[in-house]
Amino acid sequence: MTKLFADYGMILVLVALCALFSFLTVKEQVPSGASAADVLLQQVGVDCGKMDTILVVGAANRDSALLAESLDRKLKGAGFSNTRTVVGSPRDARLALDDLQAEGRKLAAIVTAPDVLKWRVLERIAETHPTLAGCKLIVPKSYYWPGFLKWRNLLAIVDRIVVIAVIAIGMTMVIITAGIDLSVGSLIALSAVIGTLVMKHLGGLDAPAWVVLVGFLAGTLACGAVGAFGGFAVAQFKVPPFITTLGIMLMARGLAFLITGGFSIYQVPEALSWLGQGRSLGVPNTVLLLVVLYVVAHVFMSRTRLGRYIYAVGGNEQAARLSGVPVKFVIVFVYVISALAAGLGGCIQASQLKTGTPNMGVMFELYVIAAVVVGGTSLAGGSGRILGTLIGAFIISVIQNGMNLLGMESYTQQVVLGGVILGAVLLDKVRGGKGITAFLPFRTGSSKERKRA
Amino acid sequence: MKNRPADQHPLLQMNGIDKSFPGVHALKNVSLDLRAGEVLALMGENGAGKSTLIKILGGAYHPDSGEIVLDGRPMHVSSPTVAQAAGISIIYQEFNLIPDLTVRENIFLGRERVRHGFIRAAEEQREALGLFEKIGMEIDPNRRCRDLTVAQQQTVEIAKALSVNARIIVMDEPTAALTSQEVAHLFAIIKDLRAQGIGVIYISHRIDEIFDVADRVMVLRDGAHVGTLPVGSITREMLIEMMVGRSIEAEFPGRAVRLGPERLRVEDLCRGDAVRGVSFSVRAGEILGFAGLVGAGRTETMRIIFGADAAERGRIFVDGREATIRSPRDAMRHRICLLSEDRKGEGLVLKHSVRENFGLPNLKRFSRGVFVDQRTERSAFAEYIDTLRIKVSDQEQIAENVSGGNQQKVVLAKWLAHRADIIIIDEPTRGIDVGAKYEIYQLMNRLAADGKAIIMVSSELPEILGMSDRIIVMHEGRVKGEIRDVAGARQEDILAMAIAEPASVEDRYGRSE
Repeated sequence: MTKLFADYGMILVLVALCALFSFLTVKEQVPSGASAADVLLQQVGVDCGKMDTILVVGAANRDSALLAESLDRKLKGAGFSNTRTVVGSPRDARLALDDLQAEGRKLAAIVTAPDVLKWRVLERIAETHPTLAGCKLIVPKSYYWPGFLKWRNLLAIVDRIVVIAVIAIGMTMVIITAGIDLSVGSLIALSAVIGTLVMKHLGGLDAPAWVVLVGFLAGTLACGAVGAFGGFAVAQFKVPPFITTLGIMLMARGLAFLITGGFSIYQVPEALSWLGQGRSLGVPNTVLLLVVLYVVAHVFMSRTRLGRYIYAVGGNEQAARLSGVPVKFVIVFVYVISALAAGLGGCIQASQLKTGTPNMGVMFELYVIAAVVVGGTSLAGGSGRILGTLIGAFIISVIQNGMNLLGMESYTQQVVLGGVILGAVLLDKVRGGKGITAFLPFRTGSSKERKRA
Repeated sequence: MKNRPADQHPLLQMNGIDKSFPGVHALKNVSLDLRAGEVLALMGENGAGKSTLIKILGGAYHPDSGEIVLDGRPMHVSSPTVAQAAGISIIYQEFNLIPDLTVRENIFLGRERVRHGFIRAAEEQREALGLFEKIGMEIDPNRRCRDLTVAQQQTVEIAKALSVNARIIVMDEPTAALTSQEVAHLFAIIKDLRAQGIGVIYISHRIDEIFDVADRVMVLRDGAHVGTLPVGSITREMLIEMMVGRSIEAEFPGRAVRLGPERLRVEDLCRGDAVRGVSFSVRAGEILGFAGLVGAGRTETMRIIFGADAAERGRIFVDGREATIRSPRDAMRHRICLLSEDRKGEGLVLKHSVRENFGLPNLKRFSRGVFVDQRTERSAFAEYIDTLRIKVSDQEQIAENVSGGNQQKVVLAKWLAHRADIIIIDEPTRGIDVGAKYEIYQLMNRLAADGKAIIMVSSELPEILGMSDRIIVMHEGRVKGEIRDVAGARQEDILAMAIAEPASVEDRYGRSE
């Protein structure tokens, strides 16, 4: 536990932010959709007998209709045989009530969602349908819960950060070698544009699903090639990474505009959205992808030879070379990985938006670098952790999401986000690189270091 | 020392200085006194408290207790600015000069001679020239500091100190990077400062220098004041004993030499002006010493053999077979290793743990597939920690926080784990304490006894004479001579070969760097 906080001090910041936004977004919640049906089923079970006549009403909107339909199924499944269900407008509801009155039935309960409850036909039921008056109105009970912590919102946080988080894996490796990669934002666009263009030419809207895969591969590999070129310039000719990737950033962006003529590409098959919007085994694909990539990257960096070499090159390139580390290969490798990650990020972005646009990913390089730095990786090279980067990415996403929930203006959001990034890193520097752990009552290894100072 | 006549009252007194850092008692009731016109040598091993004491004098640290008395008046040195205003100047090992500014600009940095907001360059120029005249060394104040030699930069620092009317000048290891001629010049300057009534505190690891330049020696050990004695009343051996806390019978351990077959032969190695046709060979079980001045091409030769730099011409034979060495990896395949003279810059990844440093060249051996097996790595390192007696708190200690001698042992361990047979050690004991030096020497002897071929580049002539079985002297990129009868050789013999003209008087203590 102590080690966890020592290694990933920023996790405390993340937890604190989540707690803060949870607190600030607590408000009255009403169950909706299919999940509300279970709650209602229980209430009906308490209030009514199996043979009672029950009317389920759902409005024409998606949530309400879903609730009504699934409740109908569940009630019938539970043995409530005299159940009727109406989905539609208030007029449909009145007609249903008219029918019931005409049949001379005794209505036990009307079960519905809160939005339907406000319909005049239900409010004035005593006047319009006196024989049915006295029936119970059952709606889901409301409860207090933070909007931030709703499942759907948490998924939105992941959705929003997935592109940046994927690219940040490569960026972490580059920064650990004391480099930087400014080209990733442009490579997102290049990959998305190349990928969707390939799909367009291989059949467009009606293309089979495998075409999507071909498009993704084409976009990602093209970026990989660009990364190899950049890495080679850095490793062989000692061009400063900042300059190399700045050049590539401009070229890749320009190229993306050139090959599309500046237009978005919409002629893509339906299957494109699978990666960014689909689910496997009930879990969003983006979440699965993030988990898999981060686990692989973490194991790679902490357990493999090449991972150790990456740290060594960043810690002291000369010492690494004189210890037999293939320095040039390591440098080319990290830039290729960074570019491949950016390419994959472009594929995800294209999938989320179902299009390829040459102005995608503008400024993303800065968010990616921010995620890496907030995650505790030093720009000086030699130190940093993959999982720290994941935490950094989530900190950024949580801040953005939280501010959205609170209804803050986007300009204000920028100011706050910038301030938080700066503050997080400042805090780290002020406490001698020990991050938040310096404030904890238990200290790790620091007394040893101070003894030597 | 304490009861002197009134006219000789000390320029500076530090009384009962005590300073603790969390977990370490750095200075224990230390007192120091310095008279005007005297050179006080401050000696002690690394971690003895020298630099803490100096930083307190310079205002960088505040003592927990004790007082600083300047000219008989107690004063509170609350910051470096206060110290400077009081006439205390400290010249650190790493100079505080800005490379891209000129000498003049550096001397007057922060105290520019200004009128109406404009710098009066002519006035500064005059003053700077006056300062250099006073010191007795000519440096053009308009040159950029980047273009100066280390010795010249040091002179600029001294000029800077004089320009603020310093009455106390502290020099921290001033000769660490100087050639012997430059050292001689520095000593002349110091004597001149002394004649002008300035008190000099001189910190050095080099015992021989102390006898040349200092009036009194003060020794610290483990933060405690061991004693302060006039130079005339002590011997070299006494001084070492005071510093180390025990007597060392011999500075260099003895060894029975058993030479094996030839391990490495180098023929006609060339690279630019630095290495011009170097040939030599070394046998198993032999320690071959390389002597010479700085810039003689010794380090450059070794870097070529290790593949760190490319040769323009020449052949390398390992165990009689020609070896193609184009990179350190090639050299490592032939079981050649290099312990660089720049341990911090080239030998270690300072921010990483000693274990990671140890493992770096050996990861292939410690791996299963692509995965590093940390358990094998740990147990291998534990073995070397044991046999080489490396003092680290644990395997995860950061290399930067380990003492010089133990850093050297970590580097040695990583190469031994790589099963190196030809071990090139460049300046094996640079920056290493007297006590730890002996251990490094013992280790080298043990390795030679195990049949390794050892090439030792050293600028310390006593070390060359004390450790080598054979000595090669280089001069301006060439092998100038070879000494086979080491026991009968004197430092003068080596120096005569190492420099073109006969050795000057100041070279007699045999330092070439």
